[in-house]
Amino acid sequence: MTTNLQVKVWRGKEEGDFVTYDVPRLESQTVLDVVTHIQRHIDPGLAYRYACRVGMCGSCAMTVNGKARWTCRTHVAKVARDGKLELAPLSNLPVIKDLVTDMTEFFDKWARAKGSFKGEQTRHDEFAMVEPQSTMRLAADAGIECIGCGVCYASCDVVSWRPDYLGPAALNRAWTLVNDVRDVANVERLLAVSGDAGCHACHTQGTCTERCPKHLEPTASISGLKHIAIKALRRTA
Amino acid sequence: MSDTIAQARLWYWGRISAMALAFFVLAHLVIIIYAVRGGLTGTEILARTHGNVAFGLFYASFVLASAVHAPLGLARILRETVMGERGANVVAALFAVLVLVLGMRAVYGVVLS
Repeated sequence: MTTNLQVKVWRGKEEGDFVTYDVPRLESQTVLDVVTHIQRHIDPGLAYRYACRVGMCGSCAMTVNGKARWTCRTHVAKVARDGKLELAPLSNLPVIKDLVTDMTEFFDKWARAKGSFKGEQTRHDEFAMVEPQSTMRLAADAGIECIGCGVCYASCDVVSWRPDYLGPAALNRAWTLVNDVRDVANVERLLAVSGDAGCHACHTQGTCTERCPKHLEPTASISGLKHIAIKALRRTA
Repeated sequence: MSDTIAQARLWYWGRISAMALAFFVLAHLVIIIYAVRGGLTGTEILARTHGNVAFGLFYASFVLASAVHAPLGLARILRETVMGERGANVVAALFAVLVLVLGMRAVYGVVLS
């Protein structure tokens, strides 16, 4: 293990440059530990975002040596090449400052994909009975643990090619709701997630699935949406 | 029909034509390999294809599937790289006509002329 890490960090907004810092190398050190060391001991002006530090909140994602990762659960030993790290803000999102991106568009797309539950039962109704082993429940389970970190969105080539594309996270969210038997908004949801800015734009390259830190499979969710949208189209034809 | 539904429908046509092309391309390769064993001249090819309805139908369908599939893919690539939606659609439509005309002309040439 080298004694020091050479860490290049993006400083600035859309325009800026990498600044190199020497950071002490420690046992079991995470990339977030490295950024925190720089901010607390070397350069207090460094802007970055984190909250939980345990892989739950999804706020600390950055580009580490060219790949989007959650930094709180990424060990330096896993990603440092020859004692070197390069840290940049997430791709496909506007940079606010240094390592902080503006996530507004990312979450607006969740709303555009009708990513919120819409039921018709009230508290006076009986509880909905959902069979845990039913196909729909299992499909929803497979995508439900998304923490909204934006790693998939930053890794998606289709988002960079056509910025109106909803992206893997929003489509994965829509897929979990499509499989929620209590939800009543699926007609409008399928319309919202279909077409060239929706699931039909996906090239099934699978980078989102490869990089998702929660090991979800947005590619499979998007395929599911394509399939169910075409079934709906056939019914209306 | 909204844009979204039209786009989903075109995507579906892309998928269906891809399935057809998978069959046509494989069959085409098998036909080539089978037919050229020991060498084959242009005259021999025309002797086999001329007036052959099955051959004509097979390759006319092949051309149709290509004229659907390739322009849809081209439109997608253009839209994602160099131009907007409308420009990409116009170029793709022209390309579809080109594939259709050249393909059908070739089928006509070896089967009917």
